[in-house]
Amino acid sequence: MSLSYFIRRCGYIVFTLLVVSLLVFGITQLLPGNAAVMLLGENATPEALAAVSSRLGLDQPAWLQYWHWLSGVLAGDFGTSLRTGLPVGPMIFGALGRSLLLAAAALLLMLAVAVPLGVVAALKRGRLADLLVSLVSYVGVSVPEFVTATIVLILLADPALRLFPASGYVPLGEDFWAGLHHLVLPVLTISVILVAHVSRMVRSEMVDVLHSDYVRAARLKGLRRRTVLIRHALRNALLPTITVVALDVGYLLGGIIVVEEIFAFPGIGRQLIVAIQARDLPAIQAGALVMAATYGLANFAADIAYAWLDKRIQYD
Amino acid sequence: MTEALARLLRSPQGALGSALLLALAVPVVAGPWLAPYDPEQFHFTARLLGPGPDFWLGTDQFGRDLLSRLLVGARSTVLMAVAATALGTGLGAVIGNVSAFAGGRLDEIVMRLLDAVMAIPGLLFALLIVTALGASELNALIAIGITFTPGMARIARSVALTVRKQDYVSAAIARGETQGYIVLREMLPNCVAPIIVEATIRVAFAVMLLATLSFLGLGAQPPSSEWGLMVAEARQFIFRNPWMIVWPGIAIAVVAVGFNLLGDGLRDALNPRT
Repeated sequence: MSLSYFIRRCGYIVFTLLVVSLLVFGITQLLPGNAAVMLLGENATPEALAAVSSRLGLDQPAWLQYWHWLSGVLAGDFGTSLRTGLPVGPMIFGALGRSLLLAAAALLLMLAVAVPLGVVAALKRGRLADLLVSLVSYVGVSVPEFVTATIVLILLADPALRLFPASGYVPLGEDFWAGLHHLVLPVLTISVILVAHVSRMVRSEMVDVLHSDYVRAARLKGLRRRTVLIRHALRNALLPTITVVALDVGYLLGGIIVVEEIFAFPGIGRQLIVAIQARDLPAIQAGALVMAATYGLANFAADIAYAWLDKRIQYD
Repeated sequence: MTEALARLLRSPQGALGSALLLALAVPVVAGPWLAPYDPEQFHFTARLLGPGPDFWLGTDQFGRDLLSRLLVGARSTVLMAVAATALGTGLGAVIGNVSAFAGGRLDEIVMRLLDAVMAIPGLLFALLIVTALGASELNALIAIGITFTPGMARIARSVALTVRKQDYVSAAIARGETQGYIVLREMLPNCVAPIIVEATIRVAFAVMLLATLSFLGLGAQPPSSEWGLMVAEARQFIFRNPWMIVWPGIAIAVVAVGFNLLGDGLRDALNPRT
């Protein structure tokens, strides 16, 4: 990977984040209902409304408002929530931390399940095991998160059985086992969709790699089957999978909104839904921006990792 | 065309997908006539029932017949998803073709902008647009269409770039045709096949997105029997009557599987080389 590729990629992510911030700000500016009316209620006097509008800067032209908002965000100030009256920044980043915990756990579980599934399907290509894996992955990508989540709830959170808690969150630092217990159902739900995606990808890459010349050469050299499979085939098949996993992070962030909402998990997705329902403008803007930025950064990291790992590709 | 159709039906995915969607067309076309009951009629003596002889799939918390609600809801779920995809595909195809035809600096700028927009996760983008427009089924449709536009534009552009180099486009330019004529009459029709494949797979996404928006209270509104909304309304009763969730859940999954399979089958049928 050359330095100029890295620099260009950095410039590109800055441009992307700028466009995203402009979009988020622009779309939320269209929201019906003025923030001042939100704050004071429908019966406020025009004078009071005007005073609040000028305090919040709502009487300024849109581009000036955007500039103030953006420069605040860059300084770490996301504004004040209209709903709680507290600064949005700490609220959002606390929630983001909890969501990332959820996402990381789901990614780990997914890799542990999806990679072996994909490898088995590729090795048994065209036989029963392969068809079963394909079928499961078709169904997995076709069932929306909210249905998966509800089915998981019906099966594992029946109050009569008391297997797992249906909702809520306990910090791991406070009570490790209770915290883990609360994570099980949301993590399980998110993993189902990811496994479906990634196992399909691993399978098709493995099928290609297993037919390549260097795998045949390695076999003909008389290397052990396991060595060929892991050192030669799997390593090469996993490389393109990185990109899919990074794209799945975007999927994950979308899915997390629904899953957090259903399991009442206090992450960034649920916070966004609460903000949308309360028309809490600064919280909506901050939540959307932080989520989109996380996705952009994940893609950026995947591109860099790919360029760094795959020495064959020369980026100029 | 008939040859491609034959190839489609010979592949297992294509055949299964076509069969599923043909079966689905029945409730979409004739749902309201097939429904044994009025989908909004309350039966207070038969609430939260499982499948039985009177109500084949059971009833909800008001005693409404689940089968009738599913049959009637097929239209607002499936047609809306197809319409949203069509909107996104149409917009995307025009943007992609214009960008490819113009080439140069404009093309570069448009593509960079589209890439940046695609950095926003789909559900989040749709959610923001619906919030700005207001919660309704039509607005959810528009939001999904806009969400699909950048991705479709990218695909349309890459197809159009190869079409752009063809002799008949050069001939049209030499004849002195207007740019609008060349994009609409010469380039677009020749980009259709790959775009249709992508759009078919996207319908599966659209069904799920639409249902998810309704589930979050931002799409179809009660008393509609859109399937996502049915699941949302059933949430309080999941342990008393799980069937209220199982049926619409299966219905959504069948639609999505059907479009996914058909899309994969179409891709193989239209590109015999791969």
